[in-house]
Amino acid sequence: MIPRMVGLTVLKHATARLMEFPPIATAPKWRFALATTAENLKCKECGRTYPLEALFVCDFCFGPLEVAYDYEKIRRRATKERISHGPPSLWRYKDFLPVNEKPAVDLQAGYTPLIKADRLAAELGLKKLWVKNDTANPTHSFKDRVVAVALQRAYELGFEVVACASTGNLANSVAAHAAASGTEAFVFVPANLEIQKIIATAIYGVNVVKVRGNYDDVNRLCTEIASEKKWAFVNVNVRPYYAEGSKTLAYETAEQLGWRAPDKVVTPVASGSLLTKIHKGFWELGEVGLIRRKAPAVHGAQALGCGPVAAAYAAKAEHVKPVKPDTIAKSLAIGNPADGIFALEVVRETGGSIESVTEQEIVDGIKLLAETTGIFTETAGGVTTAVLAKLAASGKIYPDDETVLYITGDGLKTLDAVADTISTFEIDPNYSQFEEDVLGEVLKGAKK
Amino acid sequence: MSVKVRIPSQLRQLTGGEGMIEMDAGTIGGIIMELENLNPGIAERLLDNGEVRRFINIYIDGEDIRFAEGMETEVADGAEISIVPAVAGG
Repeated sequence: MIPRMVGLTVLKHATARLMEFPPIATAPKWRFALATTAENLKCKECGRTYPLEALFVCDFCFGPLEVAYDYEKIRRRATKERISHGPPSLWRYKDFLPVNEKPAVDLQAGYTPLIKADRLAAELGLKKLWVKNDTANPTHSFKDRVVAVALQRAYELGFEVVACASTGNLANSVAAHAAASGTEAFVFVPANLEIQKIIATAIYGVNVVKVRGNYDDVNRLCTEIASEKKWAFVNVNVRPYYAEGSKTLAYETAEQLGWRAPDKVVTPVASGSLLTKIHKGFWELGEVGLIRRKAPAVHGAQALGCGPVAAAYAAKAEHVKPVKPDTIAKSLAIGNPADGIFALEVVRETGGSIESVTEQEIVDGIKLLAETTGIFTETAGGVTTAVLAKLAASGKIYPDDETVLYITGDGLKTLDAVADTISTFEIDPNYSQFEEDVLGEVLKGAKK
Repeated sequence: MSVKVRIPSQLRQLTGGEGMIEMDAGTIGGIIMELENLNPGIAERLLDNGEVRRFINIYIDGEDIRFAEGMETEVADGAEISIVPAVAGG
């Protein structure tokens, strides 16, 4: 009798606890608390903690909030075998992400190719170089990773409208993901953005708002709107979740290399978030025992026309002084980078650096990558490739270093940047003319 | 002679929920001190050792005061001041 009574008592308590949760309104939060490995949001500046809600800055010091995890829980769940049986997308690493469930509607971002780039390596005097080709994402940039995570968390938090401030790639991605799930979306971009990026956003039928100002102006406006509207701005009020999506670039790199970290990585720097999250991703894999070394040396790449973090690195400064952007690398044109100081911390801690390159070097970088790897990148990738070349030439990357170059966006988005640099032949449909005007010129070396 | 100050949601518990406050024109530093008189505790949240905290941006009609005279920047009559968390975007 006693065990049955005890059992009955336990059952009553359990039922009472379940009844405390209204079945519709709070069910997602309750399930989230059981399923995720995320514990809370923590201020990177003062350490205060907050619940896993739509918060992005510390209420006290305005420092950025970052998702903190229970790494023991991840260690128990995330085995190499379990990951290898996961979907061929970023969701194979769900145990490392701050969401309850995989999205019901998904564009399958991530798990992009890691390509051994021997011809580019030879050109730069290196021996062990890989290119992580994130142009292969659904909307052709790494932003599909962060958007997939941000929107899933936004839906779990009950948002019905999504929005973003964008330099273009994010706009494309938010628009596509919103269209796929039938969600209302507002996308804010600088009015002078490349036309390809505006078309590739508006085509999805979302609300595109061209703001007469630069990205920093757009960002300020969106932060103000986020204070007034109950919308999920992916890179404002749900930014802590959004940013975590970038970690998957590190997880994939390690898995594709056979569960190890490279010696060095080179990544573009706009807000600085991507760089810090790639570092966090490698660190986490070490923390849960999936790789031996915890983090490679991280090198950041900026354009000279918008290089506030590179300037702070060169000056050994603790703060990043905002600048007015003036560069063709518009997807990196953030003059007041939110995570700039944290990017500085990472490169200093790992023995990396942050370099900047000229507009001509950006164009040369795009062409070098295309001609030696078959990958056509946007201007941001030109910046990253040019910085890799600079690091190789200066000896900051040694020939034997295992190095990964992150190419984060597709060249079809910034055609104007290289339109004047290409050459073609034009002939009548006549064989003799082909022999003379094409092959003759090729033999003379007029065209490679 | 007045200016409008747009208050971010993170500080509205100190302003009784107000998102916009009208103040007399002056320097940014003077306006923040007047804000403190009206809403005790707000200066501590905005300033660190007398300077604007590094994760807060203050704009006058869209122009970052860091590109002007910082705390000494004069705010003209009719201008709008925005206090905005710096940690956004990217």
